[in-house]
Amino acid sequence: MLNDITLGQYIPSNSLIHRLDPRTKIIGLLLYISGIFIVESYLAYAFLGAFGITVVRLSEVPIKMILRSLKPLWFIVLFTALIHLFVTPGTPIMTVGSFTMTWEGLDQGLLMGIRLLLLMSFATLLTYTTSPIALTDAIERLLKPLSRFGVPAHELAMMMTIALRFIPTLIDETDRIMKAQRSRGADFSSGSLLRRVRCLIPLLVPLFISAFRRADELAVAMEARCYRGGDHRTRMHTLAYTSLDRNAYIAVFVLLAIIIAIRIGKTCYGM
Amino acid sequence: MSITLNNVTHTYMTGTPFERTAIKNVSFSINEGEFVAIIGHTGSGKSTLVQHLNGLLSPTTGTVTVDGIDINTKKAESLAARRKVGMVFQYPEYQLFEETIAADIAFGPRNFGLNEDEVDERVREAMDFADLDYEQYAQRSPFQLSGGQMRRVAIAGVIALKPRYLILDEPAAGLDPIGKRIIFDKIKGLHEHGTTVILVSHNMDDVAKMADRIFVMHQGVLAANGTPKEIFAQRDLLKEAGLDVPPVTETLRCLKEHGFAVDDTVLDIDEAAKSVLQAVRGDRHAE
Ligand SMILES: Nc1ncnc2c1ncn2[C@@H]1O[C@H](COP(=O)(O)OP(=O)(O)OP(=O)(O)O)[C@@H](O)[C@H]1O
Ligand SMILES: [Mg+2]
Repeated sequence: MLNDITLGQYIPSNSLIHRLDPRTKIIGLLLYISGIFIVESYLAYAFLGAFGITVVRLSEVPIKMILRSLKPLWFIVLFTALIHLFVTPGTPIMTVGSFTMTWEGLDQGLLMGIRLLLLMSFATLLTYTTSPIALTDAIERLLKPLSRFGVPAHELAMMMTIALRFIPTLIDETDRIMKAQRSRGADFSSGSLLRRVRCLIPLLVPLFISAFRRADELAVAMEARCYRGGDHRTRMHTLAYTSLDRNAYIAVFVLLAIIIAIRIGKTCYGM
Repeated sequence: MSITLNNVTHTYMTGTPFERTAIKNVSFSINEGEFVAIIGHTGSGKSTLVQHLNGLLSPTTGTVTVDGIDINTKKAESLAARRKVGMVFQYPEYQLFEETIAADIAFGPRNFGLNEDEVDERVREAMDFADLDYEQYAQRSPFQLSGGQMRRVAIAGVIALKPRYLILDEPAAGLDPIGKRIIFDKIKGLHEHGTTVILVSHNMDDVAKMADRIFVMHQGVLAANGTPKEIFAQRDLLKEAGLDVPPVTETLRCLKEHGFAVDDTVLDIDEAAKSVLQAVRGDRHAE
């Protein structure tokens, strides 16, 4: 059941998207997300969607995996869409009790739902195609200019690396402890809410103990190898842009230009 | 009365790029009262296999029955059958969580719905198993114990459930020789009192000494199933599965290669000594 967690998972491959510089992917993602929030028309969404599908195809990540990452989100999407459907004022479609559905609400709800889905699929695509190490390297490099203002770029990146590194370990550990306690008759999936919360104690206590133990061991291991933070460290793999990245940036900016053009066209000329 | 696996296959993460079939078409039967050892190289599917025996994992295809009852149905009898099988995981001391040793051992029996008197009795018996004096240790925290003691308390937490079948996944991993001997002596004691034991181990010596029957796992397939003598006579098969024969047997084989007339199927150190003595004396007579 814990195998369903896809957060932070990396699917190794050698596709075009995998080969992009991680900085390109992060900046690309941020630009795409801003694009999602600029957009208000279905036409522009068609462009965003087409771009998204192209990127997914290029990444060679199975569509199934993308859908899988969306699974935990269905409820939120549905909820948001429903809220919009009922609270947006406008031409009524029908009335349910004291709530009125409106055409404008349907419009807004649909757009909002699409927004969330696009956002989530693109964000997971980033972790699917970028190894955690590359991701944190890129974040460190992107934050570097801010270290002049006191932002501890290296430390933040190191913390992220460690956190990402331990997600799978903790998931495995949780799975193991759950199984061990289930063999002793523990039941994690039935009973009242209070009972279920109480059932978490045999799981959480060992999990915390082992997390602290691991943290301790890691700190000792790092110290034993003379780790002293970011200054004067050199790296084995230095990040470098290639022509692939140039093309990716061009593609993203063209997409943004189209979207902005559509938006301007809509507001100025009422198209 | 037995545990029977019928064509059990288990695939992890079905439908993802990480899909992996950990065990393939495994069938066997473990009779009540037996001491069975499961050996195999790292990643050969031993842990996956044993987790099927008490329903922690359910087979992707195939069936598991305990005393004739399919343990993967929703019926109450299925749950009761699962509860006959106790499971001690690798490094079980990491599952301790209660404030006192007694409370931790009582966790299982209480979940099984025993009343407080019964629970108390089970705790006393299990602490006896763990070699910890009840008066002195019952109210102590399990986290103040030594590694070997913690391991014994954790195992005691499963023993307190009085399983008819007991599975132990590498119970001696990471223990010093003395701690290891204590645990194995305890396990042998349980077996003598009628518990069916299923032991997963990397140590051929331990396995050769204790088991009535050995299962060899290789890349998810049950590659061999037989008595220790039968298994350790098949050196090529073991080599292919990434395993060794016990050091004693290996030594005898070396001697035989160098022309001594010893019996190289012997697994036990005393018998080995006898065989060597005989061979040496035999040589003397010939001269
Ligand atoms: N939770 C899991 N999710 C995905 N794959 C798994 C999982 N657990 C085990 N596997 C895979 O299944 C295969 C068999 O693993 P298993 O743990 O059964 O081996 P093992 O024989 O117990 O090894 P070891 O001697 O190292 O304990 C391995 O290739 C492993 O990578
Ligand atoms: Mg294992």
